[in-house]
Amino acid sequence: MNIIITKEDLKKINFFLDKVVSSSLAHSVLLVDRSGQLITQYGNTMDIDILSLSALTAANFGATAEIAKILGEEEFTLLFHKGKCENVYFTAIGDHVIMVTLFDDKTSLGLIRLRINQIAEDLSQTLVSIFEEKREVSVSGSQRPS
Amino acid sequence: MPFINFSKDEIQCKIVYYGAGFCGKTTNLQYIFAQMGEDTKGKMVSIDTRGDRTLFFDFLSLNLGKIRGFDVRVQLYTVPGQVHYDATRKLVLKGVDGVVFVADSLKVQRKKNIESLINLAKNLAEKGISIRTVPVVIQYNKRDLDGTDSEILPIEVLEKDLNSMLKVPSYSASALKGAGVFETLREISKLVVKDVSRKIMLVDQQLK
Repeated sequence: MNIIITKEDLKKINFFLDKVVSSSLAHSVLLVDRSGQLITQYGNTMDIDILSLSALTAANFGATAEIAKILGEEEFTLLFHKGKCENVYFTAIGDHVIMVTLFDDKTSLGLIRLRINQIAEDLSQTLVSIFEEKREVSVSGSQRPS
Repeated sequence: MPFINFSKDEIQCKIVYYGAGFCGKTTNLQYIFAQMGEDTKGKMVSIDTRGDRTLFFDFLSLNLGKIRGFDVRVQLYTVPGQVHYDATRKLVLKGVDGVVFVADSLKVQRKKNIESLINLAKNLAEKGISIRTVPVVIQYNKRDLDGTDSEILPIEVLEKDLNSMLKVPSYSASALKGAGVFETLREISKLVVKDVSRKIMLVDQQLK
């Protein structure tokens, strides 16, 4: 199975990510697939090594899923790491994707969570279509690079 | 499971270095990282314990140039080789596009090589991938020990043990000194890119 992301997909996804970034004051959001591949990024990621961040995000989620199983849970659907200046919030969006939100002390975890919850369902619907098994037939409207 | 991004004209593929503990998976990545130019490689991430054993994985991202107008980026991962880290190996194998199986040429490691290859086949099968169809390259590592006090197996024996059924490309190597490392990487990249190209052509045909 190969995953194809068209320009239309990205336009739809960025619409939701823009909503999160502009309404929560987070400085950037990444979408990462569970195998560690970066799907897209939005906002100011500065000089962050986002490819490594993507790989480690998937690993982090996988590791904590094992902790969850030990505790009798299927998995933890959100994770939060707090630093002195930078914070990172991970949320599972559907079965295949993890949203990584990077923010500093200009905003709060509560606001970030609220804004993500407001778009999570709709974003999940958009992403489900990308990860569908028979995806190939639905990309007929996409533009091929010249 | 390659990621084909039509918006950025980019393809991302995942190659996993697999093999028994201490066979040289991390050493392969370290050599590649040391030799590649700054413009083609990302940072190398390693999560290991103090004893040089990989705890989770190593990760290195490389830019391989263009095919059919798409930038091809491969992400190299290693797995922890120790038997009891099977859950981690399964996690790293998620979404894999190609595998380099690193075999330890030391005679004492013969059984562990075979066990690790069986473990790879089993873990791939759990993800619905057949070891017979996914691109695989075998590397016989530590050939530089030939002629030293450490007894190593002849290539013919290793081939018989590990490659008589698969019949995939195989290379002699010394990850520590670098011999065979890039030959292995080149071959697995070629196989993976070929596989991805075929998939792109299928998409192309559907678009027409």
